[in-house]
Amino acid sequence: MRNKTGVPLLFEVSSPGRRGYRLPDLDVPEVPLEELIPSQFQRQQEPKLPEVSELEVVRHFTQLSRLNHGVDVGFYPLGSCTMKYNPRVNEDAAALPGFSAIHPYQPEETVQGALKLMYDLGSYLAELAGLHAATLQPAAGAHGELTGLWIMKAYHEANGEGHRNEVIVPDTAHGTNPASAMMADYKVVEVPSDERGGVDVEALKKLLGPNTAGLMLTNPNTLGLFDENICTIAELVHDAGGLLYYDGANANAIMGIARPGDTGFDIVHFNLHKTFSTPHGGGGPGAGPIVVSEKLAPFLPWPVVDKEGDKYVLKKPEKSIGRVKSFYGNFSVLVKAYAYIRSHGPDGLRQVSEAAVINANYLMHHLKELYHLPYDRYCKHEFVLSGKLQKQNHGVRTLDIAKRLLDYGIHAPTVYFPLTVDEAIMIEPTETETKETLDEFISVMRKIADEAEADPEMLHSAPHVTPVGRLDEARAARQPILRWRG
Amino acid sequence: MRYIPMTEQDRQAMLASMGISSVDELFSDIPEHLRMSEKLNLPPALSEAELMRHMRELAGANVNLTETVSFMGGGVYDHLIPSIVKHLISRGEFLTAYTPYQAEISQGVLQSIFEYQTMIAELTGMDAANASMYDGATALAEAALMACNASRRDVVVLPENLHPEWKEVCEIYLSNQDVQIKYLPYDEETGTINHTVLRELNPKELACVVVQQPNFFGLIEDVDPISEFIHEGGGLLVMAVDPISLGLLKSPGEYGADIVVGDGQSLGNPMSFGGPSLGFFATTDKLVRRMPGRIVGETVDGDGRRGFVLTLQTREQHIRREKATSNICSNQALNALAATIYLSALGKEGFREVAYQCVQKAAYLKKKIAEETPFKVKFSAPSFREFIVTGDVDWEEINRKLLDEGFLGGLPLNRFGLPNDVLFAVTEARTKAEIDRLVELLGGMSR
Repeated sequence: MRNKTGVPLLFEVSSPGRRGYRLPDLDVPEVPLEELIPSQFQRQQEPKLPEVSELEVVRHFTQLSRLNHGVDVGFYPLGSCTMKYNPRVNEDAAALPGFSAIHPYQPEETVQGALKLMYDLGSYLAELAGLHAATLQPAAGAHGELTGLWIMKAYHEANGEGHRNEVIVPDTAHGTNPASAMMADYKVVEVPSDERGGVDVEALKKLLGPNTAGLMLTNPNTLGLFDENICTIAELVHDAGGLLYYDGANANAIMGIARPGDTGFDIVHFNLHKTFSTPHGGGGPGAGPIVVSEKLAPFLPWPVVDKEGDKYVLKKPEKSIGRVKSFYGNFSVLVKAYAYIRSHGPDGLRQVSEAAVINANYLMHHLKELYHLPYDRYCKHEFVLSGKLQKQNHGVRTLDIAKRLLDYGIHAPTVYFPLTVDEAIMIEPTETETKETLDEFISVMRKIADEAEADPEMLHSAPHVTPVGRLDEARAARQPILRWRG
Repeated sequence: MRYIPMTEQDRQAMLASMGISSVDELFSDIPEHLRMSEKLNLPPALSEAELMRHMRELAGANVNLTETVSFMGGGVYDHLIPSIVKHLISRGEFLTAYTPYQAEISQGVLQSIFEYQTMIAELTGMDAANASMYDGATALAEAALMACNASRRDVVVLPENLHPEWKEVCEIYLSNQDVQIKYLPYDEETGTINHTVLRELNPKELACVVVQQPNFFGLIEDVDPISEFIHEGGGLLVMAVDPISLGLLKSPGEYGADIVVGDGQSLGNPMSFGGPSLGFFATTDKLVRRMPGRIVGETVDGDGRRGFVLTLQTREQHIRREKATSNICSNQALNALAATIYLSALGKEGFREVAYQCVQKAAYLKKKIAEETPFKVKFSAPSFREFIVTGDVDWEEINRKLLDEGFLGGLPLNRFGLPNDVLFAVTEARTKAEIDRLVELLGGMSR
């Protein structure tokens, strides 16, 4: 049974005069405020912050946390998000004062450990990608995409080919790809998929031309499929004078198995909060470093870390596009990803990808009897089912199946994406789940398939045991209440 | 591997149940010549104990500011952080959750974002805020783009006394969208925006004027005349504010700002070599549908129970693709949660007191430097927690000597083209004894 009321907002339990933190007493001689800040610069209206005790703050956020699912709570097969276990020792490493209590403008000689870590992480990522040089500055995958596209643009301009204004994006691409291209002021050209789920090579040929700046590709793509024609695609794009951008959201499938650089990709971004296990924190912070080929290295954002003798220094690449963020990136996220790579080593990372791919294929193999599988071939780290049989036969939609999973303590897969699959259900188990968890998931999905047949109504109104029931999203958008007003 | 639970027995059983004998078969769709035959060239795996030994060694090669006393700012500040912040954000339900797509099992994250949005709206005096951006600099760049879209104009005015790195970030975002940037000089005497030069611009062609408050030099800008000027011409006022200063300073809402951004590191987030922090972003009800980023809204379930959801999603990349207001997807949610817990713990009085102590302590150092050292305070405008000191000396050399005494001095501005200047920051974390000692050392070094 659900509680009638949820956790009150902190503002609603506020009591004037209460506080949850005490500052040291002011120990310098006090000057009347008026003399330091003239009254016309002082605020008239005080911000209405809550007034609560320390214990009230602790209870409030502890209660809120209990309303939330996380990898620590249960299975989280959210496709394309790589919700693997986040090792806690990496948090300990990032919290060391030598990493957490350093200022970005400290003299270089006082941050040699931090610079070495960044230098080495950049070279590890370059090795994993099979490319040349890295920037760790982008704060997220989409930010890495944007940075990569700015580099693409600067490169073409430097070659006197600034007219190249089209970026080709497959119809299965993540939404960030076309949105990033738009932000870099490119025209987005969509290429359809073929019947095997890869890029339609004949269609691509027709789209390539003198205005092509590049192609953005996720490989394995969002269907979890490795593009079998990747060599042909790379050749076609390069022959047309374009560059190949690799969206590394799905890199968990290929570590130590194949490298985008060897395939012909020129720019690669990695999502450290996916492949390299840094926790996603309810939406971030992530990190989206990019790695580029030798000819693009001079265009990287500055500063980059370089090594001179045995000293690490910050430098500006010769034709740098500029700065994409303050300072050097989401540093503590970089520390955690570095720790993850060092914990695994070359064999461990390959094992990660192998296990992720075995787990995904295992689930796909056992679920395809229950749900429609639009592309029946080996998948990589994830795969996409369709809920169309349940919809046609019982009027149960993918949304209903997703919501019912919540009742079983399982986070729903990514749904209605990619857009090319009707009623899509995108499942990514990751390598950190046990066979028992996967078997349990298969049996829950079987139960739900049975429920769809026996009691579709019950699925329409799912979830039933979560802290709140299905929420009225239309109302939230129509009459937005975006803050507490008292 | 310690994080992979698959035993050899599991592996065999799983492969057998799929009717295949080797994992290689699962990779048979990768063209053979692309499959790696050699191992990745990476260092070998470390156990947990070995890893921590190595990490402590790397961390130990940095001078950390729990042991060295910092007077450095310039966008990242050594403020006190209540102990509970790290404990609460470490709860696995927050730490290991993704973006709250499934609202029914994400009420914890969603409600905390709703509380965060409320707090940011309260601090800035604006109607609404989003769930966070990457940092202050990228938030400002996106604010300028939003102002261009809202006003259908393409000239953005940035002040010369804006943080130099924020200028650079704005330049890359705006120049790639064919937006023109005009720079406003500052008054050499006061260090604040030169209003005479501003008035020479044609306000009817400007998308927005950006004001950083306090500005990069730590000085308080007189915003009312700027607000009046830009609004008369139909453009927008964009303010980039320091959140701690909002405990005392007139809020952007009170100045009539249309978009407000800032960097939230100082709200309960460690310095961490400059990241991750968070960018906050607030605006008016009128402009809310043009805002980038995630937004959480209140609604009800079928039984009328209050709940929270991601809302106004038709602005976003996963729905609108190339027609979205921004490409942002991951944000800085956990840092925003830290800010929310920080502001909850400090509360109304504590938050004001942090600002008050910063002002008093910074004023104390400023006065003592002026009186007891040969250096001069550069500008005359009132300052908040930072101020520029000038002197014909090598400030990097002085900082090296200060380091030997256990102090990280102010930020030498030679890196930004002001060779004689140094920017001192004083937060509530500094003590009178530390300030007195710094002045004593500075006095000794000038000779």
